[in-house]
Amino acid sequence: MLQWLPEDVSTFGPQIDSLFYLIYYITAATFIIVTALMVLFLIMYRAREGQRATYTHGNTTLEIVWTIVPAAILIVLSFMSVSTWATVKRSAPESDFELQVTAKQFNWEVVYPGPDRQFGTQDDLKFDNDLHVPVNKVVRIHLLAADVIHSFFLPNLRLKQDAVPGRNILVWFEATKPGKYELPCAELCGFGHSGMRGWLYVHTPEEYKTWADENLTPKPQ
Amino acid sequence: MSDAVPAGAAHVAHAHHEELGFWRTYVFSTDHKMIGRQFLFLGLFMLMIGGSLAMMVRWELAWPETAVPGMSWIPEPYMYGGIIPPQTYNAIFTMHATIMIFFVVMPIMVGCFGNFLIPLMIGTRDMAFPKLNMLSFWVGAISGVVMLASFFVPGGPAASGWTAYATLSAKPAYTGVDWGQNLWIISLAILGVSSLMGSINYITTIVNMRAPGMTYFRMPLTVWSLFITAILLLLALPVLTAALAMLLFDRTLGTSFFLPEGGGAPLLWQHMFWFFGHPEVYVLVLPAMGVTSELLSTFSRKPIFGYHAMAFSMIAIAFLSWIVWGHHMFISGMNPLLGTAFMMTTMVIAVPSAIKTFNWLGTLWGGSIRLTVPMLFALGFVSNFIIGGLSGIFMASTPVDIFIHDTYFIVAHFHYVVAGIIFALFAAVYYWFPKMFGRTMNERLGKIHFVLTYIFFNGAFFPMHFLGVAGHMRRIYNPTQYEFLQPMQHWNVFITVSALILGASQIFFLYNFFWSLFAGKKAERNPWQANTLEWVAASPPPHGNFEVQPVVYRGPYEYSSPEVKEDWLPQDKQLGAGAAARAH
Repeated sequence: MLQWLPEDVSTFGPQIDSLFYLIYYITAATFIIVTALMVLFLIMYRAREGQRATYTHGNTTLEIVWTIVPAAILIVLSFMSVSTWATVKRSAPESDFELQVTAKQFNWEVVYPGPDRQFGTQDDLKFDNDLHVPVNKVVRIHLLAADVIHSFFLPNLRLKQDAVPGRNILVWFEATKPGKYELPCAELCGFGHSGMRGWLYVHTPEEYKTWADENLTPKPQ
Repeated sequence: MSDAVPAGAAHVAHAHHEELGFWRTYVFSTDHKMIGRQFLFLGLFMLMIGGSLAMMVRWELAWPETAVPGMSWIPEPYMYGGIIPPQTYNAIFTMHATIMIFFVVMPIMVGCFGNFLIPLMIGTRDMAFPKLNMLSFWVGAISGVVMLASFFVPGGPAASGWTAYATLSAKPAYTGVDWGQNLWIISLAILGVSSLMGSINYITTIVNMRAPGMTYFRMPLTVWSLFITAILLLLALPVLTAALAMLLFDRTLGTSFFLPEGGGAPLLWQHMFWFFGHPEVYVLVLPAMGVTSELLSTFSRKPIFGYHAMAFSMIAIAFLSWIVWGHHMFISGMNPLLGTAFMMTTMVIAVPSAIKTFNWLGTLWGGSIRLTVPMLFALGFVSNFIIGGLSGIFMASTPVDIFIHDTYFIVAHFHYVVAGIIFALFAAVYYWFPKMFGRTMNERLGKIHFVLTYIFFNGAFFPMHFLGVAGHMRRIYNPTQYEFLQPMQHWNVFITVSALILGASQIFFLYNFFWSLFAGKKAERNPWQANTLEWVAASPPPHGNFEVQPVVYRGPYEYSSPEVKEDWLPQDKQLGAGAAARAH
């Protein structure tokens, strides 16, 4: 089933995927065992002439075992999840590459800060729905929403974050492979929700420089 | 009936003198059984609407922007010659979820079976407050009328999802829906009043009116589940009502509870909604668990495995359900540290669910299993609950949830749990139909209904996991707009075909139900040879339920007890000292 996961091109993606796989194996094994037992019991203990059911109200030892074993597995899974979650969401690495993305019905408005490295100033450069970033570089994004809640979803980077009106939420990623990746909105945001989609262009350093020279450098007046 | 209590008998006999006319018997009835039936018919009617809406959603996802057969009569701009526009699509899935949750599962599992079964199973004449009970149904019915009326106002019905996230829901301009959303809010607020009246009644009845000998730990697990459900409803619904009032004020009076431009916080809605919403999930699923426990024990001819563990795990679920709501909000922008805390509580709440599943297996072990139609549906519920429970672990893990949140993986998960309840619902209808209507449903049609429903339910919902793994977002109108989803489109077609057959298979149920209502085989008092008190009463029970006040001597699941020759031992059967001695 997990072969359908989109290709991962982020630094933290492998950690997320390995948790995904781990839970998949645990749940698949549980599912097979429990279902097999159920089917087996249905066959073995089907009603037969003259046969009486076993009169028992339970088994305390067994019940303690099947309380403690799942509890232990689930607690271990929780602790294994903590560090990956912290990596993705709790602290963003420092970087000199910052963008501002404002989600609005039904576009992603991408802002490069310009030479002064400040957002909201005269030299800001705005693009609709296209993000261009260099590969192997930490990208920090200030995520805003102009009207309703949207969700910034990069399936190939295992990244999702809601953009909330009135909030400025910092998200980050580091892409590991150049390419063109889809950026859909993942939270219902109105009649144009479906089709609210941008593109993330991950460039090699040389390609990025070419693009930046053409698009980010102020033209001589 | 050697265990007659003279006082009770006199009491019941007195009730027979009342002569009620048509209106008091069938419409404004205060009889808990009639109110239960009324809730059942309300729920089945709404199920047909909610189900049809689901078919339209599925049509759109498999064959986007093509005309839905038979829908060309709907005028523009709601549909264009049968083609669903995006605005209407949003309204359709919003109303599908709203109707299924609030007007199908709640009225049937809680309203119908709560009303019908609680007095019968605890051995009393009626609810503690019969008039309040009648009011609860009629207020609920008005709420349903208001919800359906929202289809006919300009702009159409609510289109912001059943979760109605602010700010989308808080300003008419964001969705283009004005009165549709207002009526949605008003309808749910009215329904809250109905549920409050019902839950107060259930709690009071169970606490005060149990038959002599019916201690708490001799109550059937169905009654336990409805008791806990009523407590959850009583505590959760006021929070929803408060949130709805604030939302309505934001929309109509210019307040800014959820709008940042006036100093409000969009996330406040989510906190309030899910503080109600997560207990609500258990309101839906606990009665299904109770019914399943009941049926598994009855048809395995064996005491339920770990009765106390079953009751306590439901109590544990009820407590924990108040501290897990944040798992709906991991990527909402809520403090990530809080996400970690909610992950822990969410993992913990999986434990009582696991206990229940293992105890169900334990009940089957060593049984003498009869695969009747209600038993098949109860097993179907267990099978779905296993899948829905296990898939929940994925999204409980915060890092994995980053990827699968708001995808079809979530849609698959909650349909396995919440739509899976339909199996318990059918199980309950087939099981108690003889008691409710005095006739038996057709076994063969029931089996055909089960096999088709089971196969195509899984065909419709299991592949949604695959779509989710591929990143397929929820609530999108046209998946083919996305390049990364195009290779998965064949699964959407597969799901839709399964869903259409699943929908069509329900004809077997409807036919069986209505045919049996008038022409089914007359039912005896205790056709399943079950132990609980409702089977002591006539089928259907008269006003006042029992000819003589039953007295309870034992727990509800004494099947295959060595004390008696038969493999069942009713709760009210008094064994002589001799019989007890012979058994040893």
